[in-house]
Amino acid sequence: MEFYAGQYDIAVIGAGHAGIEASLAGARLGCRTVLFTITLDFVGNLPCNPSIGGTSKGHLVREIDALGGEMGKAADANSIQIRMLNRGKGPAVHSLRAQIDRRGYTSYMKHCVERQENLDLKQAEIVELRKNDNDEWELVTKLDAVYTAKQVIIATGTFLDGKIYVGDKCYSSGPDGVFPSIGLADSLKKLGLPLRRFKTGTPSRVNRRSVDFSGLELQEGDAKCTPFSFESEKMPENKAVCYISYTNDDTKQIILDNIHRSPLYGGKIEGIGPRYCPSIEDKIMRFAEKERHQLFIEPCGLDTEEMYLQGMSSSLPEDVQLKFLKTIKGLENVEVMRTAYAIEYDCVDPVFMKPTLEFKDIPNLYGAGQFNGSSGYEEAAAQGLVAGINAALKLKNREPLILDRAGSYIGTLIDDLVTKGCNEPYRMMTSRSEYRLFLRQDNADIRLTETGYKVGLISEDRYNRFLRKLELIAEERSRVESTVIPPNKEFDHIFTENGTVPLSTGVRLSELIKRPQLNYEKLTPVDTTRPDLTDDIFEQVETELKYEGYIKRQMSQIADMRRLEVRLIPEDIDYDDVTGLRLEASEKLKKVRPVNIGQASRISGVSPADISVLLIYLGKKGN
Amino acid sequence: MSTNAAIATPNASGGIGVIRISGDDAISVADKVFRAISEKKLCDIKGYTALFGHIHENESAVDECVALVFRAPKSYTGEDVVELSCHGGLFVTQKVLRLVFAAGAVPAQPGEFTKRAFLNGKIDLAQAESVMNIISAHGQQALSAASNTLDGKLSEKIAGIAASLTNVAAGIAVWTDDPDEDVPQAHEENVYEVVKNALNELNKLIKNFDSGKAITQGVPTAICGHPNVGKSTLMNQLAGYDKSIVTDIAGTTRDVVEETVRLGDIVLHLADTAGIRESDDIVESIGIDRTMKKLDSASLVLAVFDSSQPLDSNDIDLLERCKGRKAVAIINKTDLGINTDVEKIREYISDTVMISAANGDGIEELKAIIEKLLGTAEFDTSAGILANERQYACCTSAAESLNEAITGLEIGVTLDAMNVSIDYAVEKLLELTGEKAREAVVNEVFSKFCVGK
Repeated sequence: MEFYAGQYDIAVIGAGHAGIEASLAGARLGCRTVLFTITLDFVGNLPCNPSIGGTSKGHLVREIDALGGEMGKAADANSIQIRMLNRGKGPAVHSLRAQIDRRGYTSYMKHCVERQENLDLKQAEIVELRKNDNDEWELVTKLDAVYTAKQVIIATGTFLDGKIYVGDKCYSSGPDGVFPSIGLADSLKKLGLPLRRFKTGTPSRVNRRSVDFSGLELQEGDAKCTPFSFESEKMPENKAVCYISYTNDDTKQIILDNIHRSPLYGGKIEGIGPRYCPSIEDKIMRFAEKERHQLFIEPCGLDTEEMYLQGMSSSLPEDVQLKFLKTIKGLENVEVMRTAYAIEYDCVDPVFMKPTLEFKDIPNLYGAGQFNGSSGYEEAAAQGLVAGINAALKLKNREPLILDRAGSYIGTLIDDLVTKGCNEPYRMMTSRSEYRLFLRQDNADIRLTETGYKVGLISEDRYNRFLRKLELIAEERSRVESTVIPPNKEFDHIFTENGTVPLSTGVRLSELIKRPQLNYEKLTPVDTTRPDLTDDIFEQVETELKYEGYIKRQMSQIADMRRLEVRLIPEDIDYDDVTGLRLEASEKLKKVRPVNIGQASRISGVSPADISVLLIYLGKKGN
Repeated sequence: MSTNAAIATPNASGGIGVIRISGDDAISVADKVFRAISEKKLCDIKGYTALFGHIHENESAVDECVALVFRAPKSYTGEDVVELSCHGGLFVTQKVLRLVFAAGAVPAQPGEFTKRAFLNGKIDLAQAESVMNIISAHGQQALSAASNTLDGKLSEKIAGIAASLTNVAAGIAVWTDDPDEDVPQAHEENVYEVVKNALNELNKLIKNFDSGKAITQGVPTAICGHPNVGKSTLMNQLAGYDKSIVTDIAGTTRDVVEETVRLGDIVLHLADTAGIRESDDIVESIGIDRTMKKLDSASLVLAVFDSSQPLDSNDIDLLERCKGRKAVAIINKTDLGINTDVEKIREYISDTVMISAANGDGIEELKAIIEKLLGTAEFDTSAGILANERQYACCTSAAESLNEAITGLEIGVTLDAMNVSIDYAVEKLLELTGEKAREAVVNEVFSKFCVGK
């Protein structure tokens, strides 16, 4: 029998990466918040790869950190191998990636949530979501407890009607053997949410003792480690290594011989899988000409022998998996601990959401993470943070937080989701951003700390340190611009050795830094007045100088874009009333219901002429 | 916001052609192409005032022009605006527009000025309703320009260039996003080569633009000759109906009569001119004066001679003027016998054709000669042809951007920065085919590279 169990300002369903950030943000902004999870033992679980960050994802983590989220700190505290990817390719593409101690990360996050003031963490499966007579949400647990909340954030990940596929076997389940969420999906459908099926997969985990590493390539961490969080003072350390191996003709043959037993190729899975996260059988079918496929053998943690086989995701039957794994160098005697599987789950079409991640037609209901059609821990955390912040801001009658494409990858991610929607689980990629030379991981704090401070998630202390950093950057910039380096035979070798011309007259230090062949480090001997500053200051000045022209071009594109972002479109606009719109454009606009002209212009199928028609219509209405 | 320019008068031959420039730099852009007779600068004059002068390309005057300055917010768009009123005719107005682009303006999107007028609160309720219909008509055109009206070869060509650049951009995306993957990595040398090739192709298109206009927009053509030599009859033959007043009294055509005709692939803007001869009749003198101007500004001259009459000094004058130009000597009235000195004419104009405009003899041969002269002599049709100034400007900015990339690669700038220039070029080219650049690159990554965990 149902009973009343308590009331909250914000209720978050699901304690994965999205749910954690959402509930922490809500609670930290002073709202009474509850976080529901199916099992307390998997708060912030990493059900797939034991790593955080990577290209563009590392950017997301740093942005989350600059806005006051938790993921960066948790990753720093639990990283066991750190690499700055793309070092040597130019600062715009540097990306931080860390192998994570999976259990350590879960404990850190659970404890963090438990200690958070205003936040209650509860193990309970929500089976129904409904409105009561006071227009408040009621959340009903499987044990009939009824909680009320003013705002609800759905962050169900792959649990919502989760179904696991391994060959011809298929059963209801969440990831990692946890039971799925069953009743909630029906309840959400009753509320009118347009649910659909997506699919993803994970490779097998194997016992380290059964792997022969002797002939495998070793992949070690950086000599000098970098943390994700701008607040982490303790440098993370390398404590583990990864290995690389490759599939071969035998692997391929076994897969081809058994492809009919794949649920995907056999037509059993209706869910849409991501192109960027292909199973090994997908890779072999789609890129038939490729002789071998690479796999990474990554540790799952320090106190476990489990290792993750990145690149070998599969939904072939268990016997086939075993057979093809054993063809791979190093895995000849492999002991599989967890079998690879594909998982299918319910999620929502994100074009039905505002950029605040609130549903357009269901006020006070938000979605975040895989439920919104994205994929990845970092993408989930980013959305959770934005949903949590907006739920809290709304309760406090404050302006919503809408991050734009030009200011962050988070803004790009959310704009892509709510404007273009997605036909497959959406992963962040640097090529999704048109402003990526400006949206670097090194300046995430410069781009977003101010916003985080205004929202209320950045402490006074941290904000002041940030302002001091800005000052130091400005001072150093003006120093290099006013310092003239005179010609000096003694230093000519520095220039010639680096393939550039020695000085014949005095040259500004800033001009020397701009030369592609030179940098701060190489110029140390000639730069005699260099102050004692931390590397991040020099890094900023160097990048700003080297990319000045290109960044200027981006900034002027950004300025143009922002002019359109401030032209708002009223929520109640009737597109049928806009004469002159082409049918295709009108249909797209009706579906997406963009909040401003900028967003409207990014919808595929909406032309510049349609935008003009729309502007004229709005101008007329405005008068 | 960027400074935009477009032709504000209908896209057809008319008395006056107006080029409108709007935006923060409108006045300084106009100052770069316009020189007032009074030597005043547009930036020094008040709003609502005008200067008379010339449009210049380098040191030579292109056309006479009245430049009218509007200062923000008192203008149609609410921004600084300059309107350059030139002599009508597509050729001149488009030439001026191109100079304005070269001076720093960018092409206005369809409806851009009205959009800006709205952004700046300049248009009222009633105006909005009426402009909207026009804009939406423009919108249809813009749409078809992006898909249908792109000449088949051109669209293939541009799609080809865009595809090679998209492929390079995808390569750089993979180089950025998947550093650990076992896939071919982008290399400066490959990128350099592809960008260089793309740039060459684009430059061919840009170079071909003028000759290409013969097909898409037409060739300004003057029909000249002695009075009553049969110019109007010839024009009517080509045009297919009576347009000029045809009589046998010399000097009937007192002004320039214009007509557009299609000869196979080529469009001719025919100007039937007053006959060239000394005249006391004032009206006729003005007509003759215009004839001379038309003749000098035309891209093709059809010089008509009377086969029954020997060449006189006026004919020799005309032949002198045609020397070294694209011209066809048309020897008319062959039905009346041949008394003229054909060999003499050939000394000046190598392409000659005998016709009888009155009964249509030789018209087919004339068409073939014109097609040969314009169609094969000047441009490489296989290179594709840009159809309008907007396509031309898109290609030009793409080319500029690629030049920047090449310079960057040559001095050793890393690919992450270079990528911005390549991206911009892709975006400009895809604007012509109607795709969105970000999606194209992402799709390319997934279709060409086996990446992903």
